[in-house]
Amino acid sequence: MPALRSKLAEIFDKREQDITTQWLEAQEKTGLRVSALERQEATRQSREFLRVLKTALEDGNPEDSSGASWTPVRDFLTDLSSTRAKSGYSPIETASFVFSLKRPVFTALSSELGQDAKALADEVWRATALLDGLGLLTTEAYQKTREGVISRQQQELLELSTPVVRLWENILALPLIGTLDSARTQVVMQNLLDAIVQTRSDFAIIDITGVPVVDTLVAQHLLKTVAAARLMGADCLISGIRPQIAQTIIHLGVDLAGVTTKATLADAFAVALKRGGYAVVHTAATAGAK
Amino acid sequence: MGGYLLVTIQVDMHDRLALTLQDDLTSQIVSHRARGVLIDISALEMVDSFIGRMLASIASMSRLLDAETVVVGMQPSVAITLVELGLPMKGIRTALDVEKGIQALKEAVDGTG
Repeated sequence: MPALRSKLAEIFDKREQDITTQWLEAQEKTGLRVSALERQEATRQSREFLRVLKTALEDGNPEDSSGASWTPVRDFLTDLSSTRAKSGYSPIETASFVFSLKRPVFTALSSELGQDAKALADEVWRATALLDGLGLLTTEAYQKTREGVISRQQQELLELSTPVVRLWENILALPLIGTLDSARTQVVMQNLLDAIVQTRSDFAIIDITGVPVVDTLVAQHLLKTVAAARLMGADCLISGIRPQIAQTIIHLGVDLAGVTTKATLADAFAVALKRGGYAVVHTAATAGAK
Repeated sequence: MGGYLLVTIQVDMHDRLALTLQDDLTSQIVSHRARGVLIDISALEMVDSFIGRMLASIASMSRLLDAETVVVGMQPSVAITLVELGLPMKGIRTALDVEKGIQALKEAVDGTG
């Protein structure tokens, strides 16, 4: 039905000015974004979208929005959605970019085909199907972008959460923050052992001040890390054990007897310095004594 | 060297080789009257439970013959594997490299002897 197919394109051609104005108005009503810059950006995006949409309508079948001639439209929408997702728009705001186009298009259609009820119904149906499909596409793209952000953050969190700090010559500290699970322990262990080799350290202090819960599994993981570090020839100290955690460990019957434990990182550091043959002297006090 | 024996494991250990090493090492300790044994496993890429146990038993045998054993140069992946296998090698001295190993040996031998 080539005649019918071109109807939408024809109307877009003829009434582009009206549709654009009405669409922008509708967007301003639905959108919560009101700053001048955002309005300007939305206007630019709307004009650009209408342009690619028109081109697609002229070349392609409006009932098949997955066809090749619709690629520019799809690409544009995907781009737009991911930009909006990144700059903090809600999914509703993103999808309403497309859905708010319905009303201007229907108005234009009814004033063009007002006399012919059947043709009007046909065209409205076609336009609805088309815009719905495109609207869903924006939501999907939005979702995908968000998922990408989440998985990237997870990765970053994993890397950030296991720093190995060199406190002194031959002394490493490993401040653990957050819940320890098997996957994280593996990363922690690997990082610690690599750092031991790299810095040729004799002591490693594992600080668990930031670990909210210690259960048998976490304790097991800690013991494994300590044992692995020992096999590499490094002494391991555990510090930052809070009173509640000390109680839990004992109630659970976990045996931490083979490991030196200290209440605070400072205490553990002092022990490591002493075992390494260092002495810390308060110079002001010594001067005063003399 | 200075009453210490240095064993460097260069190839992948298989079980027969491990047993040969055990034999050789004990007789060498006796004939050289060694006070310390340094086992360098930095070239060892993978271990199994047998090798782990073998290292532990070498250490015990040496101690019977009045020689201290230090295992040096363990790779991080090897250390993780041994721990996961449940072989934390209690009673074996370890050090990061040969230099630190000799230092540890000296302390151990001087301390006990």
